[in-house]
Amino acid sequence: MSVISRGFGGRGGASDPRVPPGQYVTHDFPVLSAGPTPYVDTDEWSLDLTDVDDSRSALSWTQLMAKPIEEFTVDLHCVTTWTKLGTTWRGVPVSAVLDDLDSEAEFALVHSYGGYTTNLPVEDLLDGKAWIVFEFEGEPLEPVHGGPARLLVPHLYLWKSAKWVNGIELRHDDEPGFWETLGYHEYGDPWLEQRYAGD
Amino acid sequence: MHFSDELALDGNALAGPMAEFFAVDVTSALVTCNDCGAAAPLADQAAYVGGPGWVLRCAGCSSVLVRFVTTRDAVWLDVRGSASWKIPTAPVQRSLP
Repeated sequence: MSVISRGFGGRGGASDPRVPPGQYVTHDFPVLSAGPTPYVDTDEWSLDLTDVDDSRSALSWTQLMAKPIEEFTVDLHCVTTWTKLGTTWRGVPVSAVLDDLDSEAEFALVHSYGGYTTNLPVEDLLDGKAWIVFEFEGEPLEPVHGGPARLLVPHLYLWKSAKWVNGIELRHDDEPGFWETLGYHEYGDPWLEQRYAGD
Repeated sequence: MHFSDELALDGNALAGPMAEFFAVDVTSALVTCNDCGAAAPLADQAAYVGGPGWVLRCAGCSSVLVRFVTTRDAVWLDVRGSASWKIPTAPVQRSLP
């Protein structure tokens, strides 16, 4: 028995340099979830920020929209082996959210509505490598794909791109998240096939 | 905010993968939620499959009851969310001393 489902689209792309090892290209946008889909109104949405000194702040939707907004096109790589090429998003770079904190933190534990968490180094959230996105292909991000806003960290496997993001906890230590505590890799580089702990 | 359960399957969806590491059919096991205390057969709980791992949630409060992941060389199992599992077995004939 294999836990990995390959049923979402045609295989291919093995020779495409945009496709990491062990991945196949899908033209769909599979919906994978570990729980019920939260439906959050933008007027109740907030992003809670906690720094290593336990100082806390929060960003409202209006404050998020006042940040610099970028449109960009990236490839997505899910650890369940599908890759979706050329996806276009609009969102706020995470650096525009975190730079004001001037934190000394090395790691972040990202929280979501519904209780999901995932961990990654802070440097992977900065310098144009990660966004809080709210539009996909010109439309508001649907709740099943993480709307109204999700984290997008396209250079790592997609489980790091937490849907329904509602908090970034900055930390000195690397606290494992929902899947990282259950056998998945703490970093998740698709080009190194870092799927499972020890890869 | 509200939640939609449109992606949930019933707990029978976990029968196949769980058969890999349980010697008995656990779909009729009575699973008690460690959060709200509700007890229901595993088959009646909510299963989320197809992602990086498999998640069983309480049909009453949606708390995580069980998570498991199959990696290349191991199965990882987390049952912290369930207070107990009552697994039916065949009656045992006990002889009096």
